[in-house]
Amino acid sequence: MIDFEVFVQQVITGLSNGMIIALIAIGYTMVYGIIELINFAHGDVFMLGAFFALTLLGALGMEAWGPGGQTIGVIAMLIGSALFCGSLNWTLDRLAYRPLRGSSKLSLLVSAIGCSFICMNLGLFWGGVPMEVFAGGVASAAPKDFPAIIPQTNLLGGAFIRITPAEVLVFAVTIPLMVALTLMVKRTRLGCAMRAVAQDQTAAALMGIPVDRVIGATFFIGGALGGFASVIYALYNNTIGFQMGTRAGLDAFTAAVLGGIGSLPGAVLGGLTIGLVRSMSDQYLETRWTNTIVFCILVLILIFRPSGLLGSTRKEKV
Amino acid sequence: MSISRSILVSLALLPLAAPAWGQAADAPKGTLKIVSSLPRTGSANAQTSTIVNGIKLAIDEVGGTVDGWTITYQDMDDASPQRGNWDPAVEAQNANTAARDESIVAYIGTFNSGAAKVAIPILNRAGLVMVSPANTYPGLTKPGLGEANEPMAYRKSGTINYFRVVPTDDLQGVQAANWAKDLAVTKVFILHDRELYGKGIADVFKKQAEKQGIEVVGFEGIDSKAANYRSLVTKLKATQPDLVYFGGTTQSNAGQVAKDLRSGGFEGKYMVPDGCFEQAFIESAGAENLNDRTYITFGGLPPEKLTGKGAEFCSSYKTKYSADPEAYAAYGYECARVILQAIAKAETKDRASILAAVAGTRDFDGVLGRWSFDANGDTSSQVMSGQIVHDGKFEFSKVLGN
Repeated sequence: MIDFEVFVQQVITGLSNGMIIALIAIGYTMVYGIIELINFAHGDVFMLGAFFALTLLGALGMEAWGPGGQTIGVIAMLIGSALFCGSLNWTLDRLAYRPLRGSSKLSLLVSAIGCSFICMNLGLFWGGVPMEVFAGGVASAAPKDFPAIIPQTNLLGGAFIRITPAEVLVFAVTIPLMVALTLMVKRTRLGCAMRAVAQDQTAAALMGIPVDRVIGATFFIGGALGGFASVIYALYNNTIGFQMGTRAGLDAFTAAVLGGIGSLPGAVLGGLTIGLVRSMSDQYLETRWTNTIVFCILVLILIFRPSGLLGSTRKEKV
Repeated sequence: MSISRSILVSLALLPLAAPAWGQAADAPKGTLKIVSSLPRTGSANAQTSTIVNGIKLAIDEVGGTVDGWTITYQDMDDASPQRGNWDPAVEAQNANTAARDESIVAYIGTFNSGAAKVAIPILNRAGLVMVSPANTYPGLTKPGLGEANEPMAYRKSGTINYFRVVPTDDLQGVQAANWAKDLAVTKVFILHDRELYGKGIADVFKKQAEKQGIEVVGFEGIDSKAANYRSLVTKLKATQPDLVYFGGTTQSNAGQVAKDLRSGGFEGKYMVPDGCFEQAFIESAGAENLNDRTYITFGGLPPEKLTGKGAEFCSSYKTKYSADPEAYAAYGYECARVILQAIAKAETKDRASILAAVAGTRDFDGVLGRWSFDANGDTSSQVMSGQIVHDGKFEFSKVLGN
């Protein structure tokens, strides 16, 4: 009996972690789908989103608000971080990627790596802000405690299986976002324009689509999803730090490749797969093998299905 | 013409000659430099700042001179922002810098045992004495307790140049397991961070726990960069331990483990070694996740429990810096005092005789009581203490062992 409960718990944990990875992976896959750039700065934009959320939380004194007020606070953080990360990602595109659009893919990639370092160092400075939520900003590189304003208590009472409000939040935020994004890409004019630009930029431009603006919008949406992810990551794990973007970015990038980079459902599938594999490996093997297992699976999939789980060989992206 | 030229020449030489006349009267015999290499970037900074303050305090107390020699001090950082923690590349660079600079006669450090492994061989070749305030991994000094080639691999020159003023983990791990037994623990799940220090102390803890009849239901190395440990907590909860022991430091995610233990519904106790005995641990874990369930062992006594010289140190520290010293500040102070005393005793003020004088430290009247260095370079002091977290603060609980 306990074995089954353990299994169920690992599935819940794996899916929660996987959902967060998937949300970040979408940002990678959207940008790759449209301009074939691996936006290395994406993980660090996500990290800055979490710092923004913590700053907002501290500035508004959200910890002292009642449960009702804190729900509003969480919504404010979600929207604030999404706008912040979206704008930041759009700015990166405007300043660092758009001027290089005509040049080789490699210069774009190097530019992205540079942006990643800049963002990471911004996070390092940000950690030194003398606010109470940053522990006075004394040790700027230290991990920061993110207050558990969404409780981590068990909704199922004393049962072995635990579902916490924080986990419910993860699902309640990510699933609607993914549905909304899919609908947007499939149904709206902007989504249609994005698919057109992904297929052929020149042809899209000839048909009167403002290519640069569509690419900018893609960066904004990808960044905004990273912003949402950063808030639920912070509320779920309760710790943020300036280096968290590297690991989260690596996991999400792996998820995007696993699912087939450029494919939205692929990114979600890849994220959930990685989350579940991590949980199962922690439970049934040993924690120290987990990273090895994840990357072995990636290698195997790339050998047998080079375009990833759901990646198509057809030139249809986003 | 020739007269005016000679006047000109002597005028020109005057400024060169003047300082030499001035010095001749009360000139210091020269400058001896002490350096420290500690992680100053990242969350260890709060702890290492107080160590550095301790060192400065010791040098100030002798007025910055010993035997007519001026003592200068340089505070080096062995951490890098990329890692937010000690970095082998930076530590090696610091050790090489110190080895090359002939004016440097002593090296205080490191904070992390893994970093010591990098620095000792480099300094050994240069014959430079190294005294650590915080390394507790036994293999650095004690034969038979670490890897097969330890500690001989660090002593290529044949002379021991590495000393430490803290008791080692083979003592601390044992005392931790004994304490667990006293707390009526019957089942323990052991985690470690896969680092030299963390894995080392977890191994010792495991051995002693088994000897004490505590059932070890799990032993796993964690990924110290992971976002959370929920899956691991589910796994360990299913084995129903009363205690989770984590061999690791604040920097290797002890705080996140504490958070996930609580949010994963683990109700038992959590025990960590001295690598977490710093305010940063409570800050990163969140006090509510630690209160009244967290046990910390430490190779020494917390500052407020020190007596004699130690109590004097605490009060002068508070006066000078108007702050409380962290646990390791006293050790930083002790390292500097050992070195200053050795410099005073050394006949010629070169590296070899200062090294010999440090090695010959016997019956030292230190903040940690009276102690000597043994043949391996370890302190004879074996005082250990146990702390608990109560109301967001460390609270002294008991003296461990004898």
